[in-house]
Amino acid sequence: MIDTWITASVVAVIAALVGFFVVLRGAAFTAHAVPNAAFAGAAGASLIGVSSLLGLGVFSLGGALGIGLLSRRGRHDAVTALIVALMLGLGALFLSWSTEYAPEIYSLLFGEVLGISANEVGLTVILALVCLAILAIIYRPLMLSSTLPDVAEARGISPLRVELLFLALVALATTTAVPVVGALLMFSLMIGPPAAARVLTKHPAPAMTLAVVLALATVWIAIAASYQTNWPIGFFVGTIASAWYLLARAWAALVRR
Amino acid sequence: MGTIMHAIFQPGFFASTPVHAALLTGAVVAVVSGAVGVFTVLRSQSFAGHSLADLGTLGGSGAYLLGLGPLWGFVAAGVTVGGAMDLFGSERRKSRDVSTGIVLGAVLGISALLLYFDTTQSSTTGATVTILFGSLFAVSGYTVPATIAFAVLGLALLTILYRPLLLSSVNSDLAAARGIRVRLLGLVFMMVMGVTVALGSLIVGTILSPALLIGPAATALRLTRRPVAAMALAGGMGLAATWLGILLAYDSYRWPPSGDGWPVSFFVIALIFVGYLASGLRTRRTTHAAQTAERMPHELIEVA
Repeated sequence: MIDTWITASVVAVIAALVGFFVVLRGAAFTAHAVPNAAFAGAAGASLIGVSSLLGLGVFSLGGALGIGLLSRRGRHDAVTALIVALMLGLGALFLSWSTEYAPEIYSLLFGEVLGISANEVGLTVILALVCLAILAIIYRPLMLSSTLPDVAEARGISPLRVELLFLALVALATTTAVPVVGALLMFSLMIGPPAAARVLTKHPAPAMTLAVVLALATVWIAIAASYQTNWPIGFFVGTIASAWYLLARAWAALVRR
Repeated sequence: MGTIMHAIFQPGFFASTPVHAALLTGAVVAVVSGAVGVFTVLRSQSFAGHSLADLGTLGGSGAYLLGLGPLWGFVAAGVTVGGAMDLFGSERRKSRDVSTGIVLGAVLGISALLLYFDTTQSSTTGATVTILFGSLFAVSGYTVPATIAFAVLGLALLTILYRPLLLSSVNSDLAAARGIRVRLLGLVFMMVMGVTVALGSLIVGTILSPALLIGPAATALRLTRRPVAAMALAGGMGLAATWLGILLAYDSYRWPPSGDGWPVSFFVIALIFVGYLASGLRTRRTTHAAQTAERMPHELIEVA
């Protein structure tokens, strides 16, 4: 139980920090696409018998870079939609070849937080630290190009390079999180708390802090509720993460009046 | 010659009833998706289109739980959530992106719960996979007329709304200045898209449905600037990909590894993706001009 708690908290922190930039850049679709690609990777990895983490990493990185490179020419959102479809199509193909049982597929999509081993805790923490380090290194150019793209470009920051680095970061965060919380939850955690935080404050540092706090609150409540009711944790994370945003919007509307 | 024909069209392909139903409903879905998809791509609402297919999961799993026909679950969820997404969002692209994400996240969570109930209450664990991935070959007889009815309804609405919708998709300020109620139109379009995608999710599966909506339309808009031509082209390409996919999937029962056949959705998506990549080769020379043209259909000048 303590392992679950630690791992989920680590994932929440990473999701909130990376998610802050996802919301800032309006990249929610990408954040949805990458975990779906990762799902296909896990299915493929189990088929050829390698570590599912490897499959997750390769596919989420491949999907993310595919989106980044193909959308240089053509519409970003249409390209993203095509890449997701392709990845899910591959996932369906791999699943039809493999002999996995449906519950295992379900847990890859919706998470299996309550069955985490001590082994996975260490791995998650290491990957999370790598994520944090990358975020710290690219923080300034990423922030500048997300908020003032013209200024960033004038200062010699290549938008494409920042975009690709950012996508790689999303892919790494996804690889960290998907085995623990599932492809769909990772998306909810990356969008809900940061979007709520952004509604309440426009300053980056308080917004990021608030996003982390909300994400932690989300997973803690969700773990407790899931433990009590035995319902899937995905339900609690998905609804609570979105509820923060609704509450923040309501609060902002009240204050404005 | 005969042996080649036999290699391409496996014996029994034309006599199989599931294949007939799949060819027919797949064609209907592909044509409607192509037409609606052109507007989806023009309005940069691919994320919403993709999400609506995922949300069809909610309707499907809910209907499964209540024991209703999945068709109604899919359609009801498509209309409701499409409307909710539009009401939540605003005109700004970034905030629309986030609000779509919020609705999607919440609904996926609820779907997780409903699927959990489905799998725990019924002893069959296949519900998750069936609802998430769908299969063209699983189309039952009674859904065929209902599918066609909804498809005709969607196309009719699109025809009525064609001019104001096109203008508001390309330049919403101009449309508003001309007295078109842009928000209302957007809401109606989201609902039409909701029904189209929901229908697609049911017939061809949740993953293939948005691919049919966006892939052929994005490809067509790279090849022609005229919206009507793009709609026809998108419908045609979607149809070709679907039928070819069905043929390949039928053939794949003889392929390794297991003899269960490869999924139809994989073939159709792969064909659509290859088509999109191929269309990029043609536009490479005029990259910049083509990109601006993609945003500015020719007919706009006539409309304005």
